[in-house]
Amino acid sequence: MYDTTYYRASSVSDATSKLAGTEDGKFLAGGQTLIPTMKQRLAAPSDLVDVSGIDALKNISVDGDTVTIGAACTHAQVAGSSEVAQAIPALVSLASGIGDPAVRARGTIGGSIANNDPAADYPAACLGLGATIVTDSREVPADEFFVGMFETALEEGEMVTAVKFPKPAKAGYAKFPNPASRYAMVGVMAAQTANGVRVAVTGAGNDGVFRHSALEEALGANWSADAAQGVSTDAADMMADIHGSSEYRAHLVGVMAGRAVDNS
Amino acid sequence: MTDQGIGARVLRKEDKRFITGKGKYTDDIVQPNQAYAAFVRSPHAHANVKSIDTSAAEAMDGVEAVLNGHQLTGDGIGNIICGWGITSKDGSPMNMGAWSALATDKVRYVGDAVAVVIADSKAQAQAAAEAVMVDYEILPATSNVLASMKEGAPQIHENAPGNLIFDWEIGNKDETDAALASAHHTTTMEITNNRLSPNPMEPRSAVATFDESEDHYTLYTTSQNPHVARLVLSAFYNVAPEHKLRVIAPDVGGGFGAKIYIYPEEIVCLWASMKTNRSVKWTSTRSEAFLTDAHGRDHVSTATMGFDADNNIVGFKINTKANLGAYMSLFSSSVPTYLYATLLSGQYNIANVYCDVQTYYTNTVPVDAYRGAGRPEAAYLIERMMETAARELGVDPGELRRQNFVREFPHQTPVIMAYDSGDFAGNLDQAKAAADVAGFSARKEEAARRGKLRGLGYSNYIEACGIAPSAAVGSLGAGVGLWESAEVRVNPVGTIEILTGSHSHGQGHETTFAQLVSERFDLPTDNIQIVHGDTDKVQFGMGTYGSRSGAVGMSAISKALDKVEAKVKKIAAHVLEASEDDIVIEGGEVKVKGTDKAMGWHEVGLSAYTAHNLPEGMEPGLKEGAFYDPTNFTFPAGCYICEVEVDPQTGVTEIVQFTASDDFGTIINPMIVEGQVHGGIAQGIGQAMLEHAVYDDDGQLLSGSYMDYCMPRADDVPNYTVSHHSTTCPGNPLGMKGCGEAGAIGSPPAVINAITDAIGNNNLSMPATPSRVWAALQQVSAAQAAE
Ligand SMILES: Cc1cc2nc3c(=O)[nH]c(=O)nc-3n(C[C@H](O)[C@H](O)[C@H](O)COP(=O)(O)OP(=O)(O)OC[C@H]3O[C@@H](n4cnc5c(N)ncnc54)[C@H](O)[C@@H]3O)c2cc1C
Repeated sequence: MYDTTYYRASSVSDATSKLAGTEDGKFLAGGQTLIPTMKQRLAAPSDLVDVSGIDALKNISVDGDTVTIGAACTHAQVAGSSEVAQAIPALVSLASGIGDPAVRARGTIGGSIANNDPAADYPAACLGLGATIVTDSREVPADEFFVGMFETALEEGEMVTAVKFPKPAKAGYAKFPNPASRYAMVGVMAAQTANGVRVAVTGAGNDGVFRHSALEEALGANWSADAAQGVSTDAADMMADIHGSSEYRAHLVGVMAGRAVDNS
Repeated sequence: MTDQGIGARVLRKEDKRFITGKGKYTDDIVQPNQAYAAFVRSPHAHANVKSIDTSAAEAMDGVEAVLNGHQLTGDGIGNIICGWGITSKDGSPMNMGAWSALATDKVRYVGDAVAVVIADSKAQAQAAAEAVMVDYEILPATSNVLASMKEGAPQIHENAPGNLIFDWEIGNKDETDAALASAHHTTTMEITNNRLSPNPMEPRSAVATFDESEDHYTLYTTSQNPHVARLVLSAFYNVAPEHKLRVIAPDVGGGFGAKIYIYPEEIVCLWASMKTNRSVKWTSTRSEAFLTDAHGRDHVSTATMGFDADNNIVGFKINTKANLGAYMSLFSSSVPTYLYATLLSGQYNIANVYCDVQTYYTNTVPVDAYRGAGRPEAAYLIERMMETAARELGVDPGELRRQNFVREFPHQTPVIMAYDSGDFAGNLDQAKAAADVAGFSARKEEAARRGKLRGLGYSNYIEACGIAPSAAVGSLGAGVGLWESAEVRVNPVGTIEILTGSHSHGQGHETTFAQLVSERFDLPTDNIQIVHGDTDKVQFGMGTYGSRSGAVGMSAISKALDKVEAKVKKIAAHVLEASEDDIVIEGGEVKVKGTDKAMGWHEVGLSAYTAHNLPEGMEPGLKEGAFYDPTNFTFPAGCYICEVEVDPQTGVTEIVQFTASDDFGTIINPMIVEGQVHGGIAQGIGQAMLEHAVYDDDGQLLSGSYMDYCMPRADDVPNYTVSHHSTTCPGNPLGMKGCGEAGAIGSPPAVINAITDAIGNNNLSMPATPSRVWAALQQVSAAQAAE
C-alpha cells in the first residue's frame, strides 16, 4: 500500500470540505473495495476521508411509502432491519446475500453504489426499485445515476448521503453468484412499482447494471416466472469470461428473472 | 496398554499451537538487522530484456541494494535444474533450458523475476521495485501445448527446437496396436486434465542469514524437504557447501507439492544476504503465489481402449501432451511419465498398454507435482474411459470394472508397476453398499419429479505411493535416492525424541509418529517428541511428498525402534539377571515374563547413560538410527461413488452423496486418515467442478486471484461417507500404503462420471462449471430437436 493520510470525518460538511482540500483524496466507507485495491497498489489516494463514523448517515427510516437508508448503513444493518423487512423484504434478502459476514459488517450501501461494480448487488436494487440517490448537493434518480461500469453521475467530490426506496407493491431479487467471487454473475431485481413493472439486471451486462425492457413488458402483462423465462436476452449485450459465456449469461437472465418473481 | 497406539483416534498434539495461533512459521522468524526483498517481475510472458535501469530505485529511502541476474550468474550461482532425467524414444536426453534464479537476457513467463530490491522495510523494497525500469522487447508467446507445438510457434529455449522437451514412451506399441486392431469394441476419447494452482494456506517465504565470520548460511524456508533443499542449493546452485548451510523448515502451512521445489526466491535471498551482509526476508503475496508457485496437471490426451466380445479389456493406448511451463522445475519431468503412465493399467488386468508422452515448454509458470502428481491424471483418464466404455457397451459400469479387476497378487502390469496387494472387488462392494447403488433409480425418479437430473458415477483408482526403491527410481532417471532416515533417542529419564527426515506440514506426524512409539514401548504419546525440519538436528531425509511419510518414514523409525528395543532388552536382561527372550516391555516397565521382576522404563534409560552396570562390551547410551529403503512402491486403491443432482435451468451441480471405500493398508490414526481423505476429496471436487488456472493466448494469467480462481468452500462439498476395506501391504514392516493423495486422485472421475450420467452428454471437461454443464445440456436438447 502506498502512503496515504487518513481523516475521520464528523459530519457531511466536514467530509466534503476536507476532501475538497486534498490533492487526490477519496471517501472511505466500509473499505471493502477501496482498501483491497490500495493493498494491491492499484489505487493511491493521497488522503482518505472516512465517512463511516458520521452518525447522520447511519439511519434507516420508513416514512409513508419511502424507505430511506443512510449511505453509511452496512449491509448487515440492512439485512437485520425489521423495518426494511416489513417494507421491502427483497432488499433484506439482497443485502444478506452480499459477500460474507465480515464484508457485510463493514461494507456500506453508499460505498457500493458509488463504486458501481458491474457485478454488485445494490445497483440492481436501486434501479429495479426506482430509488433516488441523495447526495450532499442534490437528488438523482437511479435511472440517471448508474452511467456505466464503475461510473456514476457523481461529480468530483460529491458524496452519497442516502438512498430513498419507494415501497413496491411486490418485489423479488434472485442472484446467481459467480462461483469464485460470489459477486453476481446474474442478479435480477423485479418489482411492481407505482410507475409499472421495473426489472434491473446486474452482473451480466457489458455496460454494467441495466433495465430490461422486454422483461418489464412481459412481466407487466403477466407477473409470472413462466412469462419471464419466455423472454430472450441478446447475448451480444452480455459479458463473457472464464466463468461463463455470454449465451449462458443471456439464458440466466431469464431464469433469474423468473426466480425473482417467485421470490416476490 | 496405553490407548494411544496403532489404530487409536488420538487427538493431534500439534493442534494446540496451531489453533491458538502459536505456530511458528517462516514469516514469524525475525533476525537481527533483517532486510526485505521485493522482486521485479516481468509483466510479459515472453520478452528480451534489453536493459535494466536501477538508478532511481537505488536512490530511494532505505534501499540497501538492487541486484540483477548478471550479477547472480557472475557470482557463480548455478542454474535451477530438473532432478529427474528422461530419455526420449530416440535415445536423446531431455532438452533442459537454462533457468537462472534472476533472468538475464530473456523472460519466459509473467512473474519471471529480473531483479531484486533489498531494503530496510517491506514497503520500501516494494516501492523501489516499482522504480526499477526494465526495457523489454516483447516477443510472441504461447500459453498451452497446442500452441507451442504449432509450426512456427515462438521458440522459448534455444536448445528445445519446436519447444519439445522430450518425446517418451512406455509399454509395447506394436502389441498394443495389434490388440486394438483385433478388438471387438473400442472406445476413444480426448481428455483434458485442467491446470491447477496449488494454494497452500501459508504462502512461500524465506529468511536467509549469512554469517561472514563463519562463512555460514542459515535459511528458514517453507519446504516439504529441507535436506533436499540444502543438497540442491549446495551441489547444483553453488550457494554454499552443505556443512556451511543450515536449512530449517519450521511450521509449514500446507504444501500439496508446491513446496517440494527450490524456487528462485530462496536462492536469491541466500545470495543477497551474502551480498549485503544482512539477513534477507521475502514472503510471497497471494498474487505472487498465483504467478510463481508451480502449477499442477495440464495434460491433453487421446486414448483408445479395446475390448473383446466378452468385454474383457485387450489393449489400452494413450497419447499425452503435457505442458511443463517456461522452465523445468525440480521433479517436473517425472510427473507426466513415471508418476503417470506407470499407473495406466489402473485396477485392471490389461495385457497390452502403450503410452507416449510429449512435453512442451510454454510461456507459463513451471508445472510440477501437485497432490497426486501424475496419478490423478492417470486415474481420470482410465476411469472416464471405463465409464464411457460401459455406456457404449450397454453394461453396468461397476460390473465392467469388476470383470476386469486384477485379482491375483503380485501382479505385473505392462507398464513397470508390480501391484503387491489389494481387494478391488471388496472396495467396490463396500462402496456400492454404503452408497445404496441399488436404490439409485428410485432416487433418480424422485429427483426428476423435483425437476432435477440425478446421476451416479464410479471411480476405481489405484496409485503408487511410498516412493520409492532408490535403485529402481535411479534406473528410471531420478537424481536422488528415495529412502528415509530416523533416529530414536531415549533420554536418561526415559522420554523419547524421534528425529525424522519426513517433514510435517499439516499431516499430523507429531501425533502419528508418536503413536508408533507408543505402540512399541507402551508409553503415553506425551512422553514422545518428534523432531523434524532442521538440517542441523536431523541426520538426513528426503522429505514429505507422494504419501511416503508413513510407508517410508515410519518404516525407518520402526527399524530404529527395533534396535532400541533389542538394546533395552539386553540391558534389562543383564540387570534383572534373566534371558533376553523373557523380557517384555509393558505398562511403563521392562519385565521378566511370568515373574514380578521388573525395571521402570526410565530406569533402563538411566542405566544406559550412567553405564554403571551394562553388559560386558556394551556402549553406553540409548540412541539408534536407521535408514529405510523401500522394496517396492505401495499401492493404495479404492472405490469412490459420487451422486449428483443437476439443475437443468442453470447447470448448477450439487453433490448429494459421496462415498469412499479406501484400501490404505495399516491405519495408524483413523481420525487423521479420514481428515486426509476429506481434504483430498475436497481438492478433487475443486479440480472437477471449480478450479482452473487459465492463461490467455498472450500468456497473461486470468485466474490470478480468488476473484477468479475458485477454491472449494465448505458449502461446495458434501458430507462424505468414508470407509475402509484394507489389505496389508507386504512391502514394509508396518503394512502401510499411504493416504495423503488418494482423495485428490480418486474423486475427479467419480464426479465427472456422475455429472455426465445425469445430463446424458459425455462431452464435458473439468472444471464442470455451471456454464459448461449448461452448454452440454444445450447440445443434448439440440440433438433431440434434430431427431
Ligand atoms: C470478499 C468480498 C466479497 C464481496 N461480495 C460482494 C457481493 O457479493 N456483492 C456486492 O454487491 N458486493 C460485494 N463486495 C463489495 C462490498 O459490498 C463493498 O462493501 C462495496 O462494494 C463497497 O462498499 P464500502 O462501504 O466497502 O466502500 P469503500 O470500499 O470504502 O469505497 C468504495 C468506493 O466508493 C467511494 N465511496 C464510499 N462511500 C461513499 C459515499 N458515501 N459517497 C461517495 N463515494 C463513496 C469510495 O471513495 C470508493 O471509491 C464484496 C467485497 C469483498 C471484499
